[in-house]
Amino acid sequence: MMPQRSLRMRKTVDRAVKAISALSALAGLGALVWILYTVVIRGFRSFNLAFFTQLPTPPGVGGGGLANAIVGTLLITVHATLIAVPIGIGAGVYLAEFGRGTKIAKLVQFITNVLIGVPSIIVGVFIYILLVVPFHTFSGIAGASSLAVIMLPVVVRTTEDMLTLVPDQLRESALALGAPHWQVTLKVVFRSAQSGLITGVLLAVARVSGETAPLLFTALNSPYWLHSMKEPLANLTVTIFNYAMSPYTDWQQKAWGASLLIMFGVLALTITARLLLRQRGEHQ
Amino acid sequence: MIAAQEGALTQIINDRQTTTGAQPTADLATPGDVAIQVRNLNFFYGRHQVLFDNTIDIYRHRITAIIGPSGCGKSTHIRAYNRIYELYRDQRAAGEILLSGENVLAPGIDLTRLRARVGMIFQRPTPFPMTIFDNIAYGLRVNTTIRGTELAGRIEDTLKRVALWDEVKDKLQESGTALSGGQQQRLCIARAIAIQPEVLLMDEPCSAIDPIATAHIEELMLQLKEDYTIVLVTHSMQQAARVSDFTAFFYMGKLVEFGLTKQLFTKPRNRQTEDYITGRFG
Repeated sequence: MMPQRSLRMRKTVDRAVKAISALSALAGLGALVWILYTVVIRGFRSFNLAFFTQLPTPPGVGGGGLANAIVGTLLITVHATLIAVPIGIGAGVYLAEFGRGTKIAKLVQFITNVLIGVPSIIVGVFIYILLVVPFHTFSGIAGASSLAVIMLPVVVRTTEDMLTLVPDQLRESALALGAPHWQVTLKVVFRSAQSGLITGVLLAVARVSGETAPLLFTALNSPYWLHSMKEPLANLTVTIFNYAMSPYTDWQQKAWGASLLIMFGVLALTITARLLLRQRGEHQ
Repeated sequence: MIAAQEGALTQIINDRQTTTGAQPTADLATPGDVAIQVRNLNFFYGRHQVLFDNTIDIYRHRITAIIGPSGCGKSTHIRAYNRIYELYRDQRAAGEILLSGENVLAPGIDLTRLRARVGMIFQRPTPFPMTIFDNIAYGLRVNTTIRGTELAGRIEDTLKRVALWDEVKDKLQESGTALSGGQQQRLCIARAIAIQPEVLLMDEPCSAIDPIATAHIEELMLQLKEDYTIVLVTHSMQQAARVSDFTAFFYMGKLVEFGLTKQLFTKPRNRQTEDYITGRFG
C-alpha cells in the first residue's frame, strides 16, 4: 500500500477552504444588502407626489421635487441610446458578419476593448472640449453624447458576442438558399440573436444610467424645466452629487430619493435583461 | 469480422436488386447525362491543401454517394459546388466545376443564382427561428415573386413531397425549431426543394437523427432523384449501398475510386477502396 497523507489533515484543509469561500461570498453579499437596505429605507421617505411632479426648491424651503431631473435623466438616456445603439449594432454586425477576421475588424475589436476600460470622466472631458467649449454652454446634447460614447463599446461587444453565438450552419443554410448575406443577417441571424441583442442594449443603458462624472462636464445640471437640449439639463446623478454634498438635510433627503430611483431603474433593466435571456434559453 | 462486414454490404446490394423501387437505375453502358463535371478541383484552407485534383462526373437524376474516412475531404468537396465555403475568408478552391457547362468557380458567377440552382442539406437540421410556413417561404420569397395563395400552395406541395404535410398541416404557424430532429431535417429538405434546384447536396444528412427518421429520409432521397441530381456525403457505407447509384471513395483529399455503387462495393478495383469497405481501416 502506498503511503497515505493524513486523512485528518486533508479534511481540515477541505473545511478551511470551504469556510473561506463561504465567508467571501457572505462579505460580498453583505455589502450589497447593506447598500440596498440603506438606500431603500432612507430613499423611500422622499417618495411622494411632489417628488415626482415638482421643481426643486432652494435649501430650507420645504416641499418641491426632482421632476425636472427625472425627465432630464430619461431624455439624456434616450438620446444616448438613440445615438449609440444603431452605430454599436452596425459595428457589431461588421465584426461578426462581414469583416470577420479582417485587419480592420481586429483593430476595431482592440479599440472597443480599450474604450470599455476608459474611465468615464475622461469621456466627459473629451466631450467637454468637443461640444461644450466651442458652443460656450453646457447642454443636454453634450450629456447624451458623452453617455453614448460610454455605451458604444458595450453595445459593439455584446452585439458581436451575441451574433457569434449564432451557429455558422444557420448562416450557411440561408446562404445556400440563394439569400444574399445582408438579408441572411437581418432575417435569420438577427432573429436568432434577438433577445441577446436586446439584452445587450438594456445592459448598456443600465451601465450608463448611474454615470455622474461625464455629465458634470457636459449636461451639468439645472433647477429649471427643460427648454431645449442645447441648454444645461437637470439630471438625477449630478443632483445626487450636489445634494448629497450639501449641508441641508432636505437636499440630502432628496439625494437619497434620487439614489433609490436610479437603483430601481437599473434593477428593472437588469431583471428585464435576465428574463429575456432566460426566454432565449427555453427557445433553443 | 472483416468478412462479415463485406458480406453485409453485398447483402444490401443484392437486396436492393430484388426489392422494388430501390434498384440502382444506372448501368455503365448508359450512365445518363452528366449534370456536374468536376475537373482538377483543388481546395485550400489558408496554405493547407486539402483536396488534390478531384475529377469526377455527377450524373443527372442519380444519387452519387461520397464515402471515405473522417477528414478525407468529402464534405469540403461538395461545399465547393455551391461555393458555400466563401463565407470563410481563408478558404479557396481552384479548378473547374461545370454545372450544365458553366464553371461555377469562375469569378463572374452570381452566387445567389448559383445557390438557387444547387441546394444543400446539412449534417444538423437547421430550421430558421421562424414558423414552419416561413421556413419554406424564405427561399421562395428571396428568389421568386410568388406570394399569397400561390405561395401557400407551393408550401403545401413541398411539404407533401417530403411527407411532412400530415404531421405539420395544423401547426404551420408554429416554430420550426419545435419539431423533432427527423422532422426538422425533412423541413430543411422541403426548404431546399421549394425553390426547385437542379442539384441537391446532402452533407451527412442523417448523422444527427435516429434510425427510423434516417429510413424516412433515405426513402425520400430515392423519390427525389426523379427530379433532382443528388450528391450524398455519408460516413455510412451501408447508407451509400442502400441508396446510391454511383459511389466515390475519397482518401486524404484524393478521389481514389469512382464507379457504380454495386461494382465498387462488390468488386473494388483499388486496394485502398477494398481495405476501407472491408473495414481494415477508417
